[in-house]
Amino acid sequence: MAESVVTENGEGGDATRRDFIHIAAGAAAVGAGAMLAWPLINSMNPAADTLALASIEFDMTKVQEGQQIVIKWQGKPVFVRYRTPRELQEATSTPLSALKDPQADADRVKDGHSQYLVVLGNCTHLGCIPTFGSGDFGGWFCPCHGSHYDTSGRIRKGPAPKNLVVPEYAYLSDTRIKIG
Amino acid sequence: MSDHESTYVPKTGIEKWLDTRLPIVRFGADYLALPTPRNLNYWYTFGAILALCLVIQIATGIILAMHYVPNTEMAFASVERIMRDVNGGDLIRYTHANGASMFFIAVYLHMLRGLYYGSYKAPREMIWIVGCLIFFLMIATAFLGYVLPWGQMSYWGAEVITNLIGAIPVVGEPILIWLRGGPAIDNATLNRFFSLHYLLPFVIAGCVVLHLWALHTAGQNNPVGILIPKDRQAKDTVPFHPYYTVKDGFAIILFLILFAVFVFFMPNALGHADNYIPANPLVTPAHIVPEWYMLPFYAILRAIPDKFGGVMAMFGAIGVLFILPWLDTSKVRSMRYRPTMRTFFILFVIVGLILGWCGAQLPDAPVIGDFKTFILIDGDLNSYLWLTRFATAYYFAFFLIIMPLVGLRETPQTIPATISEPVLSGTEETKG
Repeated sequence: MAESVVTENGEGGDATRRDFIHIAAGAAAVGAGAMLAWPLINSMNPAADTLALASIEFDMTKVQEGQQIVIKWQGKPVFVRYRTPRELQEATSTPLSALKDPQADADRVKDGHSQYLVVLGNCTHLGCIPTFGSGDFGGWFCPCHGSHYDTSGRIRKGPAPKNLVVPEYAYLSDTRIKIG
Repeated sequence: MSDHESTYVPKTGIEKWLDTRLPIVRFGADYLALPTPRNLNYWYTFGAILALCLVIQIATGIILAMHYVPNTEMAFASVERIMRDVNGGDLIRYTHANGASMFFIAVYLHMLRGLYYGSYKAPREMIWIVGCLIFFLMIATAFLGYVLPWGQMSYWGAEVITNLIGAIPVVGEPILIWLRGGPAIDNATLNRFFSLHYLLPFVIAGCVVLHLWALHTAGQNNPVGILIPKDRQAKDTVPFHPYYTVKDGFAIILFLILFAVFVFFMPNALGHADNYIPANPLVTPAHIVPEWYMLPFYAILRAIPDKFGGVMAMFGAIGVLFILPWLDTSKVRSMRYRPTMRTFFILFVIVGLILGWCGAQLPDAPVIGDFKTFILIDGDLNSYLWLTRFATAYYFAFFLIIMPLVGLRETPQTIPATISEPVLSGTEETKG
């Protein structure tokens, strides 16, 4: 900086007013560049119409006992599973110490509706859709990289790090839920 | 080699006029007259082949973009329309799709050539690093392009690969949503992938200019791996044209024959049948595999039991190439004179092929026969999971352990003083 300012050692060691102008102008240019880049970057975030599709409703009576229905929410599959008493018993009796991502079954369902499990249908490893009713723990098995989930959608074996995600949802009535 | 004097003399009036204003003819003439080591073998022709590949991909790609519709509702149908209705569209698309594979065959051979002859060593580090950057951009471009037909493999490949970014702690999820433009892979994703797929080849072309600039500044390496002394320039180099234009041209013809065999006789051999099924966000194909050229890296991803660890290993496998010039401690460039390293190199090539093979298999499937051995930690020893892990270990060990150590400990053979010496078997030179 400031080649034109020559001090005793010829290096321009002291900060001069010209250095200040150089640094200030440079900083202003960088700041302006960042401010101009931000709207471009931000435009790649979800658009208003994409965000508007944020919630759906579902009638739980459509699912039979022992069955699962897959619905599409925000472009992603959601599993709605009506668990049999045996599957429910397996889910609730598993000790938390046996789990990779410990969470009780009761924390993954709504009170009074514990037979219904609602989870996002994307494997928490790399997003494939696990197959219903297969795998070593009777829940789901992901064919892509071999993750096994139990009947509560919790990860039991394989590369996936987390349990199947329970989306935000609430019961509007006894048989109707709203996801999102 | 780069500091050679310009021998161009403008002859016509217009050339003289142009030479003092925009010396573009001089630039081209100097380029063709570039003194090039006279001992380059056919492994050195892949540079020209790769330049041709880039031109083919850009030319066919621009035409395809005129017919393609980047919309989730229409993308698949528009590709089918290209295949059935557009004049010669099937040929153009098959050339583009197989062209990607040909591009990668050539780039892998080009990189292995550089690895074998030590073309990354001083003073050529920047040629190598820019080359690695080009390779990385090629992978990104190929991935983006594979998503565009919006078939099942397109969709699920995009799902799996974008999810890799979600593995980054804390910031992964917001970045993932930003990258996809929504909570899932959808129209916003397809649109931006199309935009970027069109952009990146031109970024690659820019990097190719840097690659060649660095090459002509540092000078060509050669199979003997020695720098050509100033006083040997006249004896040990030949002008690029006609010597290497003809040699490269011949290699290009052979390469195009291979290319044509794929395009005309087996255009879908390297693709996956599932990509002729329209994308369905609610059904995952039973077996997701990337294109063949990504398989070794995909295998490394799956070898690591931890999600983020796998992602790190996969990017690390490419990242390690960038620091290769500083991992190799040997003073000798060419492995022709490094017998120990040559053995490890051959093993490395085999391991690379094994990784590619493993990437296409189910991790739990047995490698030999149909029997179980014993469970080692989390999988049977006789499974692709463990074969992949051993191969991955060798891949990294080759760069991080073997290269630095062998360079220090080996005894290389005597390196010839000039590149003509091995040809003339040490006798006094009688011919030019």
